[in-house]
Amino acid sequence: MIIAQQKPIKEIATMVGDCKRVALIGCAGCVTVCLSGGEKETEIMASALRIMRRLEGNPLETVTFTATRQCDPEYVDALEGLVKDVDAIISLACGVGVQYLAERFDKWVVPALNTDFIGGSTVHGIWEEKCGLCGACILHKTGGICPVIRCSKSILNGPCGGSQYGKCEISKDVDCAWQLIYDRMKKLGKIDRLLEIQPPKDWSTSRDGGPRRAVREDVMIG
Amino acid sequence: MTCSGNIDHRVILNAFEEGADGVLVAGCLEGDCHFLKGNFRARKRVSAVKKLLDEIGLGGNRLEMYNLSSAQGGRFAEISNEMTARIRELGPNPLNNAGCHCGCHCGCMKEGGSE
Repeated sequence: MIIAQQKPIKEIATMVGDCKRVALIGCAGCVTVCLSGGEKETEIMASALRIMRRLEGNPLETVTFTATRQCDPEYVDALEGLVKDVDAIISLACGVGVQYLAERFDKWVVPALNTDFIGGSTVHGIWEEKCGLCGACILHKTGGICPVIRCSKSILNGPCGGSQYGKCEISKDVDCAWQLIYDRMKKLGKIDRLLEIQPPKDWSTSRDGGPRRAVREDVMIG
Repeated sequence: MTCSGNIDHRVILNAFEEGADGVLVAGCLEGDCHFLKGNFRARKRVSAVKKLLDEIGLGGNRLEMYNLSSAQGGRFAEISNEMTARIRELGPNPLNNAGCHCGCHCGCMKEGGSE
């Protein structure tokens, strides 16, 4: 899922400082699961903003709603009536959701979250980056551990000299991805596969080629 | 509520928005939770809301969590007095006066009076 975290409340308040009525739109997708932009977080943020503004003697009216997803036009369309009379929309979605709302409505749309990475939770309350979105997955060659994002250097023939006692040289808290890969391949009895030298990666499927697009003609309607 | 572990950030914030001068969350003694970790979870949430209250200017001191059992009536009285003294020192919830345009501290949001 996409992992995002809330911006400081004061930063969000500043973005809508000149507004009298705002809509806070949460998203029931990834940001609900990573506890940054779901229904609960949306209501907490609305309450916090109302309190701040009342203390300033400049009350703020809020409306809240959590869309099924902000990254699908059909769910964004459904917000039309809700955002009709507001001065601004605060999106508690990832950067995708913010852009969908901004494209759909002629309103001032501001992000309440910083979109951080693609990952998952290790325990409740801790999320870690797992995928580098390179567009050409090589996990079948590395025992299901991604060196593109989990190796600090993204090297494909690791480890490098900075691997010490299973940790990366950038921090004793960061596992060396290549140590993990070797351990895993060994456990699976496939360590010989690591003898194959990986050629330089073709990064044209990654961000190097500009914004990417995926097309599935078989599911297109009309 | 049936367990302090049920406490929600929104319940606390709502109390302040509705005019509460302070909020006291009373959970069971640590280690005595019928649901094992409810009171620990409550404490974490209360800490998070205290931090938020500081950030938004209302002040985290208006919120506190205590642990005591239902058999500790004396302790409850002690805690209540302690919290009451703290809130007295902090003064009334400023939201009750915020936006009052008539100068009477009635909390009204309209210009010209408390009606």
